[in-house]
Amino acid sequence: MELMLEVKSLAFSYGNGSVFENVSFSLKKGEVMCILGPNGAGKSTLIKCIAGILRPAAGSVRILGEDTTSLGARGIARLIGYVPQQNEVVFPFSVLDFVIMGRAPHLSMFSSPGAEDMEIARESLAVVGLSDLAERPVSSLSGGQSQMVLIARALVQKPSLLLLDEPTSHLDFGNQVLVLETVKRLASMGISIVMNTHMPDHAFLMESRAAALTGGRLVALGKVENVVTSKMMSSVYGVNVAVREIEDIKRKVCLPLGK
Amino acid sequence: MPDCRYSRTTVLVYLLPFALLIGSLFVGRYQTPVSAVVDESMKAFSSLFFGTPASVSTHHTVLFNIRLPRILAALMVGAALSTAGASFQGIFRNPLVSSYILGVGAGAGFGACLAILLWNNYLFIQLMAFAFGLLAMFMSISMGKASKGTGTLVFVLSGMIVGSVFTALTSLVKYVADPYDELPAIVFWLMGSLAAVRYGDLLYIVLPMSIGALVLFLLRWRINILSLGDEEAKALGINVEKMRLIIIFCATLMTSAAVSISGVIGWVGLVVPHISRMIVGPNYSRLLPMSMVLGASFMLLVDDLSRTIAATEIPLGILTSLVGAPLFAYLLRRGRMGWN
Repeated sequence: MELMLEVKSLAFSYGNGSVFENVSFSLKKGEVMCILGPNGAGKSTLIKCIAGILRPAAGSVRILGEDTTSLGARGIARLIGYVPQQNEVVFPFSVLDFVIMGRAPHLSMFSSPGAEDMEIARESLAVVGLSDLAERPVSSLSGGQSQMVLIARALVQKPSLLLLDEPTSHLDFGNQVLVLETVKRLASMGISIVMNTHMPDHAFLMESRAAALTGGRLVALGKVENVVTSKMMSSVYGVNVAVREIEDIKRKVCLPLGK
Repeated sequence: MPDCRYSRTTVLVYLLPFALLIGSLFVGRYQTPVSAVVDESMKAFSSLFFGTPASVSTHHTVLFNIRLPRILAALMVGAALSTAGASFQGIFRNPLVSSYILGVGAGAGFGACLAILLWNNYLFIQLMAFAFGLLAMFMSISMGKASKGTGTLVFVLSGMIVGSVFTALTSLVKYVADPYDELPAIVFWLMGSLAAVRYGDLLYIVLPMSIGALVLFLLRWRINILSLGDEEAKALGINVEKMRLIIIFCATLMTSAAVSISGVIGWVGLVVPHISRMIVGPNYSRLLPMSMVLGASFMLLVDDLSRTIAATEIPLGILTSLVGAPLFAYLLRRGRMGWN
């Protein structure tokens, strides 16, 4: 199967302080990768480097074989959808007006979205199940709905790769599962996914590939069973962590135990 | 935007400037009956298009050499300040920003005062106001770009720095000005007025204003995206730095042109975008044209007041604040501001 994303020896630093270096991994079409790691490990920074928002200090990001530095912001945005952790909108746009902004990379500089773009926006809202909210102001949405609207906006870009920065961080159980299942569905539609999460359990739920980022390096990379082990998670988070198979639900869980 | 569901209010607001234009022809100390206005309009029309000799009556002079250029100037200045204010509010992600955010008002004010002090020639005053308005913007932008910080906040701070320098320089000019001759002229100019506007003045401002308005109108949908913040706009494929500079340049061009013929008129660039937001919502596809039309109407209405409510003209800057502030307070009370 074709390689969707290829990250090679990527490094980023703020001034003199290195955030991470020598990060390499690749992703095929429709694959999901969960990036785990403690707070401040640079997970968000890594995602932003892949999205072309931040400029990496070294290394390369290739999407469908093309180097992102040669694509430009517009070219990247046609292939990569970025879903921020949360957004602070100053002006309460309607959900539809907000989602349709994802059409920007497909429109010429002086044009505004037309009927076709409107149709695409409505389709994306339907994919995340928010068609009924199209006319509501985004400021009135709940945390789970906001996250879904951000995902819908990224879908409107018609991306091959979707980057999600802790999409479940402020959500309750119900909304966490809703978001994760939506993401899984998008993967089954052929969109590759890179997702940050601070819940190792989510990697099990997604049955995805996983990577652990800590101390500025990728310390583990592979299938979730091989990455989310009690030994690896204990060393990544600095507390004892147990990983157990639950017999009757046939899934592993990951639990923090204490120092 | 594709959905063309314009409410009745929206349609009425779009018709407002035309109604006000005609209505304002009747406003003033000199009485002009309807019959005279119709008669003179026909004559002016036929002389303009069919080359018949122009009317030389007093009615003609009052209507078409004094009132009409002033009416057109009010419409243009109001539209320019409001459009610029709305654009600045979007790209600086702050509904409390006005058209003078980058020190443009203070810069233009200083330019005009300096011209009054040095030459006291109407054309030079306009040119200097325009040039110093642009200069203030360039100073703010280069300071913002040279600073280590990023994003919109540094531009706002640079604007404050540049603005305060020019305000101080203006005070210096006032201090050394002749208190019986130049100082009153400076003070009066700074309070804003359209009383002396003639057709020739409109020629100078029509080009910068049209260019600014056209570019902003075409980019209006993208202002929405810039208002999401730099990172998200970038992730949506926008060249944020370039787009922001284009918008700042166009908005400043319009503001400087407006200030150069009217003086520094506050409030319009702040209040009108807010009222527009209440009518059509925050989407710049509809907000920007609405601000343009509403700003034109507001300014013309205030200018009509300024030349009728007292025996002498009341400076525009005073009236925009006296009319705008209570209006804004009333709207605040009603809520539904269109921002968080």
